[in-house]
Amino acid sequence: MVSGGVTKFSKATPEMDFRLSVKKAFDYALNDASIPLSEIDGSVASYFSDHFQRQVMAGAMVQDYLGLVPKPSKRIEGGGATGGLAFQTGYEEIASGRMDTCAVYGFETMSHVNTWKGNEFIAMASDMNFDYPVGGFYTGYYAMMAVRHMHEFGTTVEQLAKVSVKNHGNAMHNPYAQRPMKITVEDVRNSPMVSYPLTMLDVCTMSDGAAVAILASEEKAFELSDNPVLIRSIGTGTDAMRLADRPFGKVPLLPNETEADYRDLKYPGAHSFRAGRIAAKEAYEGAGITDPLEELDLVELHDSFTSTEIQTYEDLGLCKYGEGGLFAEEGKSALNGKVVVNPSGGLLASGHPIGATGIMQGVFMFWQLQHSIKKHFKDDALQVKNAKRGLIDSHAGTGTYVTATIMEAVK
Amino acid sequence: MTIDPNAKIPESQEGTEVYNTDPLIVRSHYEIDYIHSYAQDSEFFRALGKKKLMGSKCTKCGYIFATPRGHCMMCGSETEWYQLPNEGKIHTYTTCYFGSEEFLPETPFHLILVEFEGVDSLFMARLIGAGPEDIRIGMKVRAKFKRNLKFSPTDVYFVPSPQ
Repeated sequence: MVSGGVTKFSKATPEMDFRLSVKKAFDYALNDASIPLSEIDGSVASYFSDHFQRQVMAGAMVQDYLGLVPKPSKRIEGGGATGGLAFQTGYEEIASGRMDTCAVYGFETMSHVNTWKGNEFIAMASDMNFDYPVGGFYTGYYAMMAVRHMHEFGTTVEQLAKVSVKNHGNAMHNPYAQRPMKITVEDVRNSPMVSYPLTMLDVCTMSDGAAVAILASEEKAFELSDNPVLIRSIGTGTDAMRLADRPFGKVPLLPNETEADYRDLKYPGAHSFRAGRIAAKEAYEGAGITDPLEELDLVELHDSFTSTEIQTYEDLGLCKYGEGGLFAEEGKSALNGKVVVNPSGGLLASGHPIGATGIMQGVFMFWQLQHSIKKHFKDDALQVKNAKRGLIDSHAGTGTYVTATIMEAVK
Repeated sequence: MTIDPNAKIPESQEGTEVYNTDPLIVRSHYEIDYIHSYAQDSEFFRALGKKKLMGSKCTKCGYIFATPRGHCMMCGSETEWYQLPNEGKIHTYTTCYFGSEEFLPETPFHLILVEFEGVDSLFMARLIGAGPEDIRIGMKVRAKFKRNLKFSPTDVYFVPSPQ
């Protein structure tokens, strides 16, 4: 990766349509590394919903707006993981040798409808025969997972709230974040209940925004930049669309786990994201990681809900299944913790314009590993000292597609 | 002769709802009726009218799905219809206080995943007849069926089993 750009995410940006939002992020990325437009060989477009966009083939419109026609491009879609999948598709375009440079651009204009209608559009990414008519609400689906996680492992609502406090607090130093807030565990618990046990402050918001990552082959990367970041490996997992269909089997083990750790655990059931584990396993194998907690310096993960962050610690093997709540409570994922998780503020505080989200994670990770956070945030507080290796995690459905990508500092 | 340089579109009195002028933000209406086939899942919805809850059993590996599917997720073989018990237990639950526009008038409502004895996967449904503080994992629940079918999975719903 040689450059990146992000727009400031916000509830509504009616002064810019999706084309102009992407253009701003794209120009930021090109200017930051002084890359001429002619150097871009092709692109990958990332957006989730034609319903939100109110424009079919919106990717093609961005392509011409950016001046990238007639170069190759395609649209990638996979729910909440759209950005992560598109980022990996860009990696594949380079790895296959097809392109030397690839622009991965993502966007979503969720302000085209009010929040209630937006919830409906998002819930259309659940089985329309059996899930949508019954629940029709993703927060409800995730809340059921959170309740089961609490039952299975003793996770508490205060532990969930700790994630909210951490991520909203981190975002105080991220000028791109939509909802920076200094809050307490009590604030989280006292905010309106959305779907038990998740309150308004356990849940991310609707957002408008765009993000762009520019990827390049090794040779090209050093030609274009004196401070590129290596995309070391990628991993992707899937699971049944319907939460009710998830089996009750065995945990796919990471190198630092044994069968004895999970003798009585029925997996993934409704408490864990098997796709997240599979994605991590593939990515770790590609990067030669055997002890993720020791070998990762930071993680940007898909905290669409506070419970998701705790569940994802476990899927990624930062701790064992069942220890995620304690991991948050003990501050192991805090800015001064063992592995910094969501220094940017994550989805909870940065925002979640779906197609842009996974790419935003890539850009924030890129700046962290470049050690250029101060330059881009005008604030050094979130720069993870000695950041050498990080993981970005993007997540769709109730863990239906999950991507994990390992990035490393080169310089 | 059809060429008419004075051609003019007839004016109308209909207007556009405008929310803001800078930038210009207008109301844009969109709606659609789909012709939706339940296809291989049709029997599930028909059976609800006979007060039967139908899942699927794999003809090869014997895996039983509480939520029906035409082919087995475990081995890819065809499944056959399998009648589920009318009573099960709550595997997990939530109470939704907000939701999608379509279901907002129904909030708050309880969502549950139901587990059935001898069945390998779960079934998502609404629960009524209990307050949020009454619901527990492991609680026994019983299926009830609407008399006037809507041919929706909410034609079946659950209530707490009699103590």
